[in-house]
Amino acid sequence: MLRQAGGHAGSGEWAVEARNLTKDFGDTRAVDGVTLGVPSGSIYGLLGPNGAGKTTTLRILLGIIDPSSGSRSVLGHERPLDAATEIGYLPEERGLYPAMHCRDAIAFMGALRGLSLGEGRRRADELLAEHGLGDWARKPIRTLSKGMAQTVQLLGTIIHRPRLLVLDEPFAGLDAINQVRLEELIRRQARSGATIIFSTHVIAHAERLCERIAIIAKGRVAFEGAVDEARAKLRPIVRLRTRTEDGPWRGAIPAGARREGSEWIFELPESGPEPLLKALIDGGAGIETLAIERPGLHDAFVAIAGDKAAAEMVEGPAQ
Amino acid sequence: MTHLLRSAWVIGRRDFAATVFSKAFIFFLIGPLFPVLLGAMFGGIGARVASRAEQPRVAVIASGSDFAKLSAARTQLGDALGDRPIVELVSVAPEGDIQAQVRDLLASPRHSVVAVLAHPFGEPQLTGAVDRDGTVAGQVRLLLGAARAPPPASLQVIPTARSSGSVDRSRAITSQTGQMILFFLTIILAGMTLSQLIEEKSNKVIEILAAAVPIESIFVGKLFAMLATSFVGIAVWLGVGIAAMAMFTHGAPGSIPLPAVGSAAFVLLTLVYFAMNYLLLGSVFLSIGAQASTVREVQTLSMPVTVAQVLIFGFAALAVGSPDSPLAIVGAVFPLSSPLVMVARAAEKPELWPHLVAIVWQALWIGIVVYVSARLFRRTVLKSGPVKRRWWRRAAI
Repeated sequence: MLRQAGGHAGSGEWAVEARNLTKDFGDTRAVDGVTLGVPSGSIYGLLGPNGAGKTTTLRILLGIIDPSSGSRSVLGHERPLDAATEIGYLPEERGLYPAMHCRDAIAFMGALRGLSLGEGRRRADELLAEHGLGDWARKPIRTLSKGMAQTVQLLGTIIHRPRLLVLDEPFAGLDAINQVRLEELIRRQARSGATIIFSTHVIAHAERLCERIAIIAKGRVAFEGAVDEARAKLRPIVRLRTRTEDGPWRGAIPAGARREGSEWIFELPESGPEPLLKALIDGGAGIETLAIERPGLHDAFVAIAGDKAAAEMVEGPAQ
Repeated sequence: MTHLLRSAWVIGRRDFAATVFSKAFIFFLIGPLFPVLLGAMFGGIGARVASRAEQPRVAVIASGSDFAKLSAARTQLGDALGDRPIVELVSVAPEGDIQAQVRDLLASPRHSVVAVLAHPFGEPQLTGAVDRDGTVAGQVRLLLGAARAPPPASLQVIPTARSSGSVDRSRAITSQTGQMILFFLTIILAGMTLSQLIEEKSNKVIEILAAAVPIESIFVGKLFAMLATSFVGIAVWLGVGIAAMAMFTHGAPGSIPLPAVGSAAFVLLTLVYFAMNYLLLGSVFLSIGAQASTVREVQTLSMPVTVAQVLIFGFAALAVGSPDSPLAIVGAVFPLSSPLVMVARAAEKPELWPHLVAIVWQALWIGIVVYVSARLFRRTVLKSGPVKRRWWRRAAI
């Protein structure tokens, strides 16, 4: 029923679907009619500034909280907890028992997802060694650095080899090296067939990793679809440098063009590059350089969510 | 259901191991020693102060032989009264002017007497800061009567091991002790469960748990983990207690007042009622913990419950000594006082069937309280922010 209502493809194609989810906390509407579909085996980004409703949406999808209205389906289950053994979740606010040993903490997280403690400990030893933390397996969490503790928590999230991995702001608090490692781990999980959903307010991560995104602002989905679709909302950008300052060629430049130093920057006219080039050459512009750039995700985000929301987002690779 | 129980087992196993293998558990085990030691220390000091304060001193102006008669009478009276304080007598040899001597004695800080008895075997006169019909005057009259009267007829005393009166008294002590153990242990454990939950909320672990298992499992797991922990504690305390008694009182476990249902049944029923009492109160405390996000909020919210529990304890204590009274029956029916009242009953009445009925009744209420508390826990455990503000906001809406 949900799939028909959502208009998405048949069973197995969508790992997660949400239809008109709303969540009210008292008189505040945190999530307002969110509809989205996450294809199986994809990396899906939930983009939005802080307070946009990303975490609440993820919590609803995971069944931690129930929506005020709307429906959801996770790995084919309308009650997300029925699929708990196939889901891994890294919350935004990291949490581990400080007195627990690393391997026990990872094994415990596996046990919560249906793995036996013995098997959990065996896999924990393997994963810790693989991630350079083999020597820390029998040391309490409280002795780890913040980055190491985050790694341990992430390993606990994947210990049971989930089909769906939900990461809430996974890059928050990581240094540049660990961010790159995490990106690689996410790609590896996707290659092994897992579906990954992560929320972020750093556009660069989404741009590098995601096939599909949802842009959330003020609890609403402002855009949902492929990253290329988001970019396609904007026309390509032309950067032009000429040898002459003026001449008939100026008539070929759109009215909204802006000047940055000796460079003209404007959207490519709908007629395309060829008529523009012809007009510039015939008008005696003396083209020094001409570049036609695809707009970035940030530009698309600004166009979709607005300047204010974009100002709260981080564009660069790190926090 | 299987998923719920399996998840509760995973949560409970971790909580149990984390508690039992922690340093804090050692303090939990030795915890009961502190009140015992403090009680013994302050009890001893208090008794000494009390005996000094409550034993008024009376100077007796009399010859040595007359004073000896009074002193012998005091010894007899002291034996009959047991631990109750009795006037202390100080011998003073008579001088010329008895009235002047009385005035001097009352004024003398060296003697520090409350009254002076003159002419004990003539026309006795008691002068001092005492009431005419007060305790001191009354005791002095008894002493004079005993010292003047002929020796009493000999009384043959044949001691027996027990009588109905002595058994009732012993059983009342057993039932009071049982109630106190139940009450204090439950309060301590419910508080410990609450602290663990708050720690989990502040560690942010609760969200990981909530995403993986039903909230009801977290609730049930935590509740039973602490119950299992307490059974470990009880086993240790019982073992140490029995060993200590065997060591210091030559096999004294047998001399403990025998409960009406028998020792084995009483121990079993005490454990069951403890579990019932803890599950009832623990689930209420866990719901409170779910509402609060800081220790201060917990203290504020749990205060009324703790006060209510103390009142219930006081109410249940009224049932001791009269297990069939209307008050005791009301206490046995009211779910929150039922375990405390019934453990007292087990010490005093031999019938077992009321316990079976009470256990079923309490189990039913535990089911209701755990269900409602778990629902409440589910609704509020992941909310954060000060509780007062939420109440205020609700009021504003």
